[in-house]
Amino acid sequence: MNEQIARNKRRTFLMLLGFVVIITLAATAIVLLFGGGWVGVIIAFVIAMALAWGSYYNSDKIAIAASRARPADENEYRRYHNLVEGLCIAAGLPKPKLFVVDDPAPNAFATGRNPKHSSLAVTTGLLDVMNRVELEGVLAHELSHIKNYDILVTTIAVTAVGTIALISDIGLRFAFWGGMTDRRDNNGDSGPIGAIIAIASLAVLLLAPFAGYLMQMAMSRNREYLADASGVQLTRYPPGLISALEKLRDDHAVVHHATKATAQMWIEQPLETDEKKPGSRFNKLFDTHPPLEDRIRRLQEM
Amino acid sequence: MVAVIVIVVVVLLLLLTFWLGYNGLVKRRNQVDNAWSQIDVQLKRRHDLIPNLVETVKGYAAHERGTFEAVTAARANAINAQSPAEQAQAENVLSGALKSLFAVAEAYPDLKANQNFLNLQEELTSAEDRVAYARQFYNDSVLSYNTQIQKFPTVLLAGWFHFEKREFFDAAPEDTETPQVQF
Repeated sequence: MNEQIARNKRRTFLMLLGFVVIITLAATAIVLLFGGGWVGVIIAFVIAMALAWGSYYNSDKIAIAASRARPADENEYRRYHNLVEGLCIAAGLPKPKLFVVDDPAPNAFATGRNPKHSSLAVTTGLLDVMNRVELEGVLAHELSHIKNYDILVTTIAVTAVGTIALISDIGLRFAFWGGMTDRRDNNGDSGPIGAIIAIASLAVLLLAPFAGYLMQMAMSRNREYLADASGVQLTRYPPGLISALEKLRDDHAVVHHATKATAQMWIEQPLETDEKKPGSRFNKLFDTHPPLEDRIRRLQEM
Repeated sequence: MVAVIVIVVVVLLLLLTFWLGYNGLVKRRNQVDNAWSQIDVQLKRRHDLIPNLVETVKGYAAHERGTFEAVTAARANAINAQSPAEQAQAENVLSGALKSLFAVAEAYPDLKANQNFLNLQEELTSAEDRVAYARQFYNDSVLSYNTQIQKFPTVLLAGWFHFEKREFFDAAPEDTETPQVQF
């Protein structure tokens, strides 16, 4: 388990580095396409650093806000608080901040940068559907994400992917729009080298979101199995989580305020997955979560 | 010159191993101590809930005097218990007495519908979970500590600085039987 934590910390550092590189590249591409020189590149680098820094400290708040979560009241959600407190004692963790998302689809996620600064959110649907032991199983799974530092990797990936997509989107819009109006001038002024730079820059802008997406996929689905296993290590009661996962499997509601970027945070894939669509085998590669059936089977074998 | 550098590097590495190993042992030993006191904290929390519960049930079922007295006496015994074995025994009696109390409550629909009673029931279940989890965490901490003082190279440090092996929390043999509920 400690190796897993160390690996996650290393991975976070590499990811922040990759994040800075991709954003710098994308911003450089914009600068090269529209002018600005080396000063522009340096500014781009500084902006990328600032964004990486900001996402390290604020990614949890962004994730909470994006899911429209509100703080869970101590008295109204007594059971939720009690279960988390108990599990935190078992795991030797400080109690995370607890949130509730008003949504009938049962689901949950954890976020933050370390156990001391962590948050946990569940949907009202989850609280309604699950009984005590099932809810405990789900919360133990989420607390394991906190304990293993999965939350750090995940939340940073969420912000990184979002930012990269935004920047390259802006760049591409400008390129398309600008390209329509003054392509002739550009070609005439800068010759073949200018054209090569322009093409390379466009390619970077096109590929940047994909690179970001691949980084997100680097969060291997294996960590869901691991969180299931270490969650059960806390409750010492696999049937609780098994029956919770079975309820999630039989429920087809979709979480409203979940986007592609935040998908990997939830305990279950929050978005619709259409099995019958052509190319669903390929889509499987990009699933953020392993199929619930597999997870249930692995728990039953324990 | 090269020899000197090699010696310096080796010595530094040894010091580093020593330093990290020793700190790791201290950290684990403190965690074991902390986990042990956490059990007491959680037990106390459980004891504090009981008078409130008894009062609430009394409001609806005043004549079930015997049950209340049993719970109150079991609570007092649990609070005064000294050794871990004694404590485990007393806690178990208390759990049994509380079960009878809840069994009594079953017969009073008004009580069962009382929000305050339901809250107390939830609190008490959680309090019992917390005690169990605190014991689990204590045992996990002991396992990690004991493993570390037996592993090389920290086994050497453990020997020099007298890091003693710790005992697991074990439910006493009579505790593993299901308590008998008397009506």
